[in-house]
Amino acid sequence: MALLRTDLVLEYPFTRTTGPVIGAFLTGLRDGRLYGVRRSDGTVSCPPVEFDPATGAPLDEIVEVGQAGTVVSWTWVDPPRPQSPWDDPHALALVRPDGADTPMLHAVLVDSAASMSTGMRVQAVWRDDRVGHIADLAGFVPADGATDAAPVTAHGDEPVRSVRTPIRLTYDFVPSDASQEYLRGYAERRILGHRSPVDGAVFIPPRGVDTRHGVATTEAIELADTGHVGNFCVTHLPIPGRTDLEVPYVSAWIHLDGADVGFLGLVAGCAHDEVRTGMRVRAVWKPDDQLEATAENILYWVPTGEPDVPADRAGNRAWGADGDA
Amino acid sequence: MRDVAVVATAHRQVPALTGTTEVQLLVPLITAVRDAAGLDQADIGFTCSGSSDFLAGQAFSFVHTLDAVGAVPPIAESHVEMDGAFALYEAWVKIQTGEVDTALVYSYGKSSPGSRRDVLATQLDPYLVTPLWPDAHAVAALQARLLLDGGLTSPTALAEIAIRSQRNAVDNPQAVRSSADAGVDELLAEGFVADPLRPSDIAAEADGGCAVILAAGDRARTLCDRPAWIRGIDHRIDAHGLGVRDLTRAPSVALAAERVGVGADRLDVAELHGPYTSQEAVLERELGLQPDTVVNPSGGALAADVLMASGLVRIAEAANRIGAGTADRALAHATSGPCLQQNLLCVLEGD
Repeated sequence: MALLRTDLVLEYPFTRTTGPVIGAFLTGLRDGRLYGVRRSDGTVSCPPVEFDPATGAPLDEIVEVGQAGTVVSWTWVDPPRPQSPWDDPHALALVRPDGADTPMLHAVLVDSAASMSTGMRVQAVWRDDRVGHIADLAGFVPADGATDAAPVTAHGDEPVRSVRTPIRLTYDFVPSDASQEYLRGYAERRILGHRSPVDGAVFIPPRGVDTRHGVATTEAIELADTGHVGNFCVTHLPIPGRTDLEVPYVSAWIHLDGADVGFLGLVAGCAHDEVRTGMRVRAVWKPDDQLEATAENILYWVPTGEPDVPADRAGNRAWGADGDA
Repeated sequence: MRDVAVVATAHRQVPALTGTTEVQLLVPLITAVRDAAGLDQADIGFTCSGSSDFLAGQAFSFVHTLDAVGAVPPIAESHVEMDGAFALYEAWVKIQTGEVDTALVYSYGKSSPGSRRDVLATQLDPYLVTPLWPDAHAVAALQARLLLDGGLTSPTALAEIAIRSQRNAVDNPQAVRSSADAGVDELLAEGFVADPLRPSDIAAEADGGCAVILAAGDRARTLCDRPAWIRGIDHRIDAHGLGVRDLTRAPSVALAAERVGVGADRLDVAELHGPYTSQEAVLERELGLQPDTVVNPSGGALAADVLMASGLVRIAEAANRIGAGTADRALAHATSGPCLQQNLLCVLEGD
């Protein structure tokens, strides 16, 4: 049986405040110029650092460095990395700009590794649309003799104060064996839990472990699709992207008959102010021909009309005052 | 200082933990060390773990993995976003305070769901370096070329480090890469992954985890036959900027080595966390190991590198050799960050 799997995409849309030192460097990039900072010992670090790596002293003397430089070390990147600024194979190098005493990391844009050598002279090349980002510098190219770049035009008057550096990471998410079994159960209109070998407590969703004791669980048992509300919350704010949810809506911990912990569900079929702890509910499923391997098969939970579970017996049963079921 | 020893270890390394959660990975490891020491969780004074959520993209995964410990009733617990060796350091400090006599340390990494070499770009300077997405192999390659250009190592010397790992790993059932007959010519014939690094220069990526129990003084003697006493432990850090330090050196290693007394007596074994052959070369030079020290008898991190656990595994491997009586004095090393930026050294001795 093929494993259930899905792409899990995490995005971090960072906008970072630069501060005066990194801001000065990025402002320079926007204007097509490279800047470093003078360190306590008189040497120049490019890119600039806010504090002296050797002494910790704050640094603020910004100095311009050359548009040409020397390759200190390099490697070849093929294929190019998915989120890098470069679409073609390229060298990644430590380049020491003339007038700087430290090298900076950037690309050298050549056709093959055979064109690269340590000590080679290179020259900055700039993108036309510069915004104050490290990729405003398109990279370096081999320099032949002349090393003074033609000055480029400034792109703005205000100093750069922030920079957007979004991160996007994609993972191949494969649920655990226990979750796979649980999700497949839904396709057959079955709700599966795991029984603890310690004391028989039943957990849903099954995680393959009794989390109270750190003991593996393997015994799957089928649970009823009826239970009671153990706790609930009435929400008056919409969730972006969930047009199917009319506010106010009620989310609840549903405690299935035969389970010792609750799991999350929506309560419908009654006014939101009629929902109460201990109220008996049953699942409303999608039609059989729409069932898939997903917990979304249960649309919501509706009242059964049966007498309530007394409030002092509603909710989690797995955790007693002494930590036992 | 209180005498503190490693009294039990367990670890697992596999190419990929598809279909197994970090919690399910850790349950047998934590159970194994507690059983070996004859302790249950209520007997353990402090629990400390190491991991990174970026590897599998699971937010707060270290909270989930407490499920493998069994945190009911509540336990005293901490976590570091670092290799488990640094969690062990925190546990060692906790025992030094006198508040507790025992500690459970564990760490884990499941990097197979993502592109690990790219995920590691997120540990770099977020303003000027990460946006260029230099992958981990490229960053290590820049360091390796500086070593080669400087005459501090050679392609043959790097291949010999790879061969030592692959041969030693033959006897390690937890290794994911081993070979009894790998040869220099064969390895040098491989194409570059990141020039000048070849596949054999780069650690075999693995998913897995490690668990260790620490105990103090007489308590340690009651929990195992031959405790591995921590006679020195220290961690140091170099500047994070790739351009502001000499990448052919690791001053933090040399300083930590001096403080833990690496050269004070004969070392039988050194387990080094060098994810690249070039980094093992830097480590050996900074440590100044004697020729009779067996380096990476397990195959080291090159044979199986579980991000966030490889350093703790080095301590476990060294402690196991003390425990088995095949070594009397051993060194374990853990690293974190790009190009050996942060380094922890631990000297272990038998009675």
